Amino acid sequence: MNSVAVSARHISASIGKRLILQGIDLQLPEGRWTSIVGPNGAGKSTLLKVLAGLLPASGEVALLGRPLHGIPSRERARLLAWLGQNEGSAEDLTSYDVAMLGRLPHQRWLAPPTAADHAAVERALRTTQAWEWRDRPLAQLSGGERQRVLLARALAVQARVLLMDEPLANLDPPHQTDWLHTVRALVAGGGTVVSVLHEVSIALQADDMVIMAGGRVVWHGACADAATHAALEQVFDHRIRVRELDGAWIALPSL
Amino acid sequence: MTQASHHRRALWCALWLLLASGVLLLAGVGVGSTGFESVLRMWDEPVARQIVWDIRLPRTLGAWLAGALLGLAGAVAQGLFRNPLADPYLLGSASGAALGGAVAMALFGSSPLATQWFTRVGVTGMAFIGAAGAVGLTLVLAKGVQHTLRLLLAGVIVGVVLGALRDLVELASPDILQSMQSFTLGTTSFVGWMACALMAGAWALCSVLAWVLARALDGLTLGEATAASLGLPLAPMRVGLVAALALATGTAVAQTGLIAFVGLAAPHLVRSIVRVTHERHIVLSSLMGAVLLLAADILARWVLAPQELPVGVLTAALGGTYLLWLMHRRTSQGSVL
Repeated sequence: MNSVAVSARHISASIGKRLILQGIDLQLPEGRWTSIVGPNGAGKSTLLKVLAGLLPASGEVALLGRPLHGIPSRERARLLAWLGQNEGSAEDLTSYDVAMLGRLPHQRWLAPPTAADHAAVERALRTTQAWEWRDRPLAQLSGGERQRVLLARALAVQARVLLMDEPLANLDPPHQTDWLHTVRALVAGGGTVVSVLHEVSIALQADDMVIMAGGRVVWHGACADAATHAALEQVFDHRIRVRELDGAWIALPSL
Repeated sequence: MTQASHHRRALWCALWLLLASGVLLLAGVGVGSTGFESVLRMWDEPVARQIVWDIRLPRTLGAWLAGALLGLAGAVAQGLFRNPLADPYLLGSASGAALGGAVAMALFGSSPLATQWFTRVGVTGMAFIGAAGAVGLTLVLAKGVQHTLRLLLAGVIVGVVLGALRDLVELASPDILQSMQSFTLGTTSFVGWMACALMAGAWALCSVLAWVLARALDGLTLGEATAASLGLPLAPMRVGLVAALALATGTAVAQTGLIAFVGLAAPHLVRSIVRVTHERHIVLSSLMGAVLLLAADILARWVLAPQELPVGVLTAALGGTYLLWLMHRRTSQGSVL
């Protein structure tokens, strides 16, 4: 049994007066890839932000066995990397400079980047195949290319836990596959990945799946489990069907 | 272009700007109603020396320093508000300074053309207090510096309200209208050594502060949440950056009035030459602002010599035209600014 990477107890969060998350209890194991799915407005992104310590919430979040709020912010930033959706776009910085921002938690104040920082940035940019345009500003890149640079920024942190919100946004199918390989390699190396995904077929390739609806977790189980598939079909009102094809589970629209 | 060549280009840009500053400083000392002759004769004639030493030199240096302050404030404002159209006057400092100046002129009741020392110091001091007070008011209305949008909105509201108050002061004492006009148009003609010293001090302080906090601006380009996830202590850093912004703008406006567009155009010009992280961008924008304002000031003194234009009119005309052209060029390349 793996130890727990991220755990949440009795999490409730509201934005304005609206309650978004209601009493969530969750334990995400270390060294595994967990995907979070659910209909729009289920609270997936909010949960991810709470788990990353970016949104105040009632309840307790623990990271690698320590209370999240007790970890100094720089140390937390080294342990946990977060990739958001529709965040600022850093138009004026080059791809290399953007990826280097992922090294901020490792750098001392005002110290120039070390050789290790440069190596980490190069590795991250090569992993997402963004190395070629490392010197181009983000303003000159397409949506998918930008996303690969932002992904490289998150990878460059080299954190043990990586939380990603809609990481496949704007990515074309070959690069979605690349992303899948990247995540598998991270997990094989002992890392923990948690991703909010709308692409249910990709989400089904994860180790575990958390299904959310109406601000609650309605199911948490292995992706290969038939009960997970049933819960998935249920939460999407049986508008999708989960089927096996070439040894992988995929979601098809119910026609 | 590789990473190293970006940095080399930034260095070259800085060197060119310094060189331009040097040339312009010399030109600035030579331009005036009595021409370059005063410089040649300054060793023998006390009057010529006085013209060069007490009028032209501080004024030229003052234009450079005010431009440097505005360029720095512009780069900080654009980074802090993550908006390429952000301007150093956004937090209400401009209208606060104008109100302060108007109140001082109404109280002391004399035209700045009289250049009484007391009036000058009074107007400058009140303008600075006005600028600082307006920024403070904006911060109170926005309940701190956490919400960028609320901060922007509060700045606009404070600007409008203080502008209305200034109108009231002007209506009550119409004799200050002409002096107020030269203040709102922006002019470097009243800058003396004292003003230069003040601006140099503020520039040194703000540069160090902004340079130390430049990484927060880099982090913020990725959005608030990502910056926070990188472990940056955003709240204290924002306070520091807003302080630098307010001090730089307040000092410049108090000494030279409302000089338009330098703070907006300088960072854009730098970006069109080289795209680097804020650590370098802030320094380059500051130098660019200095060169722009000094060049505009010399032009303002020279175009209609022996008459002179308020430099703010020139910067607004030239800066506005340049930004329009830049927008047109960028839009045709597919991106807006």
